[in-house]
Amino acid sequence: MNGAALTWIVLLPLLGATVLGLLNRRLPRAAAGILASATVGGSFFLAIRAFLELTTQPAGHRILAETAFTWIGFGHLTIDVGFVMDPLSAVMALVVTGVSFLIHIYSIGYMGHDPGYQRFFAYLNLFVFFMLTLVLGENLLMLFVGWEGVGLCSYFLISFWFSEEANAIAGKKAFVVNRVGDFGFLLGILLLGATLLPHLHAGEGVFSFRTLAAHTEVLAPVATALGLLFFFGATGKSAQIPLYVWLPDAMAGPTPVSALIHAATMVTAGVYMIARLNFLYVMSPAAMAVVAAVGGVTALFAATIALTQNDIKKVLAYSTVSQLGYMMLACGVGAFTAGIFHLMTHAFFKALLFLGSGSVIHAMSNEQDMRKMGGLAKKLPITFWTFLAGTFAIAGLFPLAGFFSKDEILWKAFHDGSTWLWAVGAIAAALTAFYMMRLVVLTFAGQNRASEEVRHHIHESPATMTFPLIVLAVLSIVGGWIGWPHFLGGENRFEAWLEPVFHVEAAGHVAAAPGHQLGVEEEPLHAFGYTDVAPTEVMAPTEEPPDAHEDPELAGLEWTMMFLASGIAIFGLLAGWLVYSRGIRVADAGRRFAGGFVHRLLLNKYWVDELYDAVFLKPGYALSRTVLWRWIDRGLIDGLLVNATAGLVRLTGAALRLAQNGMIRSYAYAFGVGVAVFVVYLTLSS
Amino acid sequence: MEVTLNHYLALAILLFLTGMVGVLVRRNALVLLMCVELMLCASNIAFAVFSRKWGTETGHVFVLMNFAVAAAEAAIGLAILVEIYRRRRTVNVDEFRTLKG
Repeated sequence: MNGAALTWIVLLPLLGATVLGLLNRRLPRAAAGILASATVGGSFFLAIRAFLELTTQPAGHRILAETAFTWIGFGHLTIDVGFVMDPLSAVMALVVTGVSFLIHIYSIGYMGHDPGYQRFFAYLNLFVFFMLTLVLGENLLMLFVGWEGVGLCSYFLISFWFSEEANAIAGKKAFVVNRVGDFGFLLGILLLGATLLPHLHAGEGVFSFRTLAAHTEVLAPVATALGLLFFFGATGKSAQIPLYVWLPDAMAGPTPVSALIHAATMVTAGVYMIARLNFLYVMSPAAMAVVAAVGGVTALFAATIALTQNDIKKVLAYSTVSQLGYMMLACGVGAFTAGIFHLMTHAFFKALLFLGSGSVIHAMSNEQDMRKMGGLAKKLPITFWTFLAGTFAIAGLFPLAGFFSKDEILWKAFHDGSTWLWAVGAIAAALTAFYMMRLVVLTFAGQNRASEEVRHHIHESPATMTFPLIVLAVLSIVGGWIGWPHFLGGENRFEAWLEPVFHVEAAGHVAAAPGHQLGVEEEPLHAFGYTDVAPTEVMAPTEEPPDAHEDPELAGLEWTMMFLASGIAIFGLLAGWLVYSRGIRVADAGRRFAGGFVHRLLLNKYWVDELYDAVFLKPGYALSRTVLWRWIDRGLIDGLLVNATAGLVRLTGAALRLAQNGMIRSYAYAFGVGVAVFVVYLTLSS
Repeated sequence: MEVTLNHYLALAILLFLTGMVGVLVRRNALVLLMCVELMLCASNIAFAVFSRKWGTETGHVFVLMNFAVAAAEAAIGLAILVEIYRRRRTVNVDEFRTLKG
């Protein structure tokens, strides 16, 4: 394969976005949809080719790299623009391009009647470009460029229907909340650069992941600070506590956007970033503990909110926050493979669920309130069955995709983390199964509760929309099989595939486990994401083999935990079925029984938005209005800097103007005097 | 009495000052132009004298150049003056103050 392919994977969608953006409405609608899908499809194809190329290499050498040009070369500081595909970014690139391709096709049908059709696809293509920059970028700064770019596109697409103010506000909220996280990320990048730069030779890329992995001993003293700063950035992008508040509001955008950006790809950027910097995180048990704790708490917290929401997309949004919490939990206990595995399966089933909900909303004439749905199973058979597959996948039923990834995360949380983390994850899993069943029952079962007119219009979606649903449903069912664990007689190819990137994972267990922290400090860990050293040499021989299949006792424990997790999932599903299939009144009565306050607490999302409003926004507005606007802006900037300068210039001009009296002889006089003075000066000085 | 360099220079300075004072004190634009010509003449004399003194041609060349400049200046200056007179019915420079700041 020629070398330019990686660059083209990234550039194709940019090309599409440029053409679509420049031509906009001059482009026929059909051409716009096909062009946008084709560029992403082309990227998908090239990504598959690059992936196949990778598979031909031996395990320790699976890396493709291309440097496009040197972006910044300034003294010691060298930053290249280049792309790298290793096993981790290969998984990400495949998921991003594959799911994007399906969602582009879906959008052809879903956005069919929208006046902003071409604009929509331009944004969507631009998003894919930035997302691919993020996952294939060769260094941290390119990751950051992609990171900001996807945030920008997210903003564009959330406020896509900007003529309604609520949508514009939601976009703004997403942007501003993300900026808060990005600030932490940027501080981390600066700290990293300042720490590393004095230790580098000229020409070494400062932020290149290869360089970072090779200089872990330099970074060790600041690992905790870096880990926490980067994680703060991740809480913004990946919607974790405390910055998750933007994601539920982001549902104001079109549903394909929710599926692509706010479920499958962009929000997982934080997880990818932490997995990419795994060598940094394993050096800091404290940062790992924070990641795990925040992830676990977010998983549970968001799941409880999802229990009571009535907007079908809001339920899925909180579900996404919750599932992202799982991924963070996995990363926090050092199980990066499990986190990325769940990222992938989640991309399948959550994109499926969102697209399915989009199909429902489409059929229901843009109704999103589940209380007005019901009985759609017969009218939308394809949507219903695919949605059911997605529901069982996210609930974690064997042998669907979610089972393998969630089970692995829970097992790792139990084995490498603590019982507490496991318990939090398990309760969240039960709640997940419950609210998903609630969603399915309210939407698809029972009697239809919509108005006569809406009911009349209910129809199954066109083929462009059902085709992606079917593909994603198949992936949601079989997608987990590549990670079939050893104790169930599988090979866990997924773990083996990612092992060269995360082979410090074994050491990560040590780092995460309390009491072993000294060992980490004494022997600085080397992460060899990009070295040629074969992973077998890197694995410390004194470590226990991380895989449980060597040890029958561990395998037995793993069986037990698996049955426990499956039991929890089935319990949640059954409970959801029993409560909500009796009709919405029964459920209401049950909620009253469970306690009015708890229900109101959850329905109002713990009043977190109100809390932020009172703590940050209101004082912020007050400060802006009184001090910043009245004194700084109007007083200092307008008054002192702008108007005072202008006044000074005007006064000077008024004084100098007197000399310009228009009398030519006075000019001649001044001229003569000037010459005389000059001559005298010359005479005296010579 | 032998005529020396200083005599010529004194003549040049005298002519120049005459021209300059004329420019400064007279109001008639025509006189002003003539005074400017006087100053140019003074500089021509200085050029010629120094050229002879040092035995080079540079000064002569400048004199010729000055002639050309003076001729052009007089032609344009007089044309402007005629035009101004047609419009304003005066050649008093103190009346031309429209460019006052």
